[in-house]
Amino acid sequence: MTLDDWLVAAKSDADRRALPELKPLLDALADATRALRAASWNHHTAGSRSAVDASDPATRPDEPR
Amino acid sequence: MTTAWCEHPIHRLATAIETREVWVREVVDATLDRIADRDASLRAFTAVLSDSARVDADRADQEIAAGRYRGPLHGVPVSIKDLIDLAGVPTTAASRVTGRAPATSDAPVVARLRAAGAILIGKCNLHEFAFGTTGEDSSHGQTLHPRDPNRSPGGSSGGSAVSVATGMAFATLGTDTGGSIRIPAAACGLVGLKPTFGEVSCDGVVPLAPSLDHVGPLTRCVRDARLVYRAIRDHQGGEPAPINGADQTLGCPRPYFLDRLDDEVRAVFERALSRLTDADWTVEDARVQHAHDAATIYLHLVLSEAATVHTAALEQQPQDYTPAVRLRLELGRYVQAEDYVRAQHGRAVLGRAVDAALAGRAALVLPSLAIPAPPLGATAVDVGGQTESLRSIMLRLTQLFSTTGHPAVSIPCGLTSTGLPCGLQLVGHRHRTCQLLDVAEACETALGGG
Repeated sequence: MTLDDWLVAAKSDADRRALPELKPLLDALADATRALRAASWNHHTAGSRSAVDASDPATRPDEPR
Repeated sequence: MTTAWCEHPIHRLATAIETREVWVREVVDATLDRIADRDASLRAFTAVLSDSARVDADRADQEIAAGRYRGPLHGVPVSIKDLIDLAGVPTTAASRVTGRAPATSDAPVVARLRAAGAILIGKCNLHEFAFGTTGEDSSHGQTLHPRDPNRSPGGSSGGSAVSVATGMAFATLGTDTGGSIRIPAAACGLVGLKPTFGEVSCDGVVPLAPSLDHVGPLTRCVRDARLVYRAIRDHQGGEPAPINGADQTLGCPRPYFLDRLDDEVRAVFERALSRLTDADWTVEDARVQHAHDAATIYLHLVLSEAATVHTAALEQQPQDYTPAVRLRLELGRYVQAEDYVRAQHGRAVLGRAVDAALAGRAALVLPSLAIPAPPLGATAVDVGGQTESLRSIMLRLTQLFSTTGHPAVSIPCGLTSTGLPCGLQLVGHRHRTCQLLDVAEACETALGGG
């Protein structure tokens, strides 16, 4: 599911549950999730291990996961 | 006796108790008098345990008179956040959701305080279920800042902080999931310690987000924080060897952490750094890689885990939550599993980034809270000419270290022009909380506190 599809479905669900006040919070969550998915260290989570910057100790895959 | 003892740090009171300069019963009565005098207006307490505290005080006096002094917490009145179980007293979590049945047993941290001889004086107000940083959402009402009744003392352990700041307790236990010990400590001029994740039991503590929750003390000085920390931690042995060659070097991670600061908080922090360098500390510029991703990583973790904790209650009694807390919990039910997994990966990345920033240094040094104690009811504040969401700015400097589990302590470092306290945060190496306290005590001395 794309994030846009998720957001439409989530807002619809909030309406169905009589929680319209949730919709602006869902917009903010969608923005945060976009940022999370776009983070540079996330690339190898998506299958592209070569995207990890080996010179950056913070992203070096040196811990078991 | 007068309530003069109520203002003293524990280590001074302990000497007076051990040498019988003062009786425990006198101290407890004075503390209860202080609570009776101040708490109606401040709303720091959800329950005051007058009767049991007096019984425990008399027992402590008998033990000490018989030569069975247990140590520096013996006879010392201590409060706990009302998220922590204390046998015979309801754990309300400042919510109508929890009901009012008394807890059947003490949480391990409370049992350890009792074993050390501490007198449990009362339970303290908080932001409902610790899911907020202002205290405005509480079934017991808003706790007020002791220096300005139009401001919040911070949170979520706001009642706990106020109890110590006003002499209604000598120490308190709070919890910290994104900053809930360090934020009110900074806002109220106290020391607030978040130990390394996992060092202090969270059993018998209502969870907010189990992989982020920490229990720790708020006190008037670092020495007192160490006394309480040593009493409540799981492992009573020593720590790994100190980091060699890092004794007098601090790293200040200016990128991200100093980007958005209230002007007065920035000035107080910079003056504190100058005093540290005057006291022979070396303060180097440092960088925590990916720090700008901390908020989004923390958000996905805390929302998911909090929603999981509250699933049943959200279904069965949604009307019993305060509206804002209910909405945030409901929001967590929409976080997708794949994004929770991404956030967990981000947590590991941030952990390594903090380790890298700490390499060769005793600690990182940064402000604890980007603004002074916030005005009641504010949802946004002006910070350096920009409007910021209050919730975001309150958590901005603390949540990263809750996420990674590094030990972190806030110590007072000065006042704004209107007399509001500012906090200086020190972040140490994982599993070296005592070493961090050594650094904090030295910095506290350099800053003129302690």
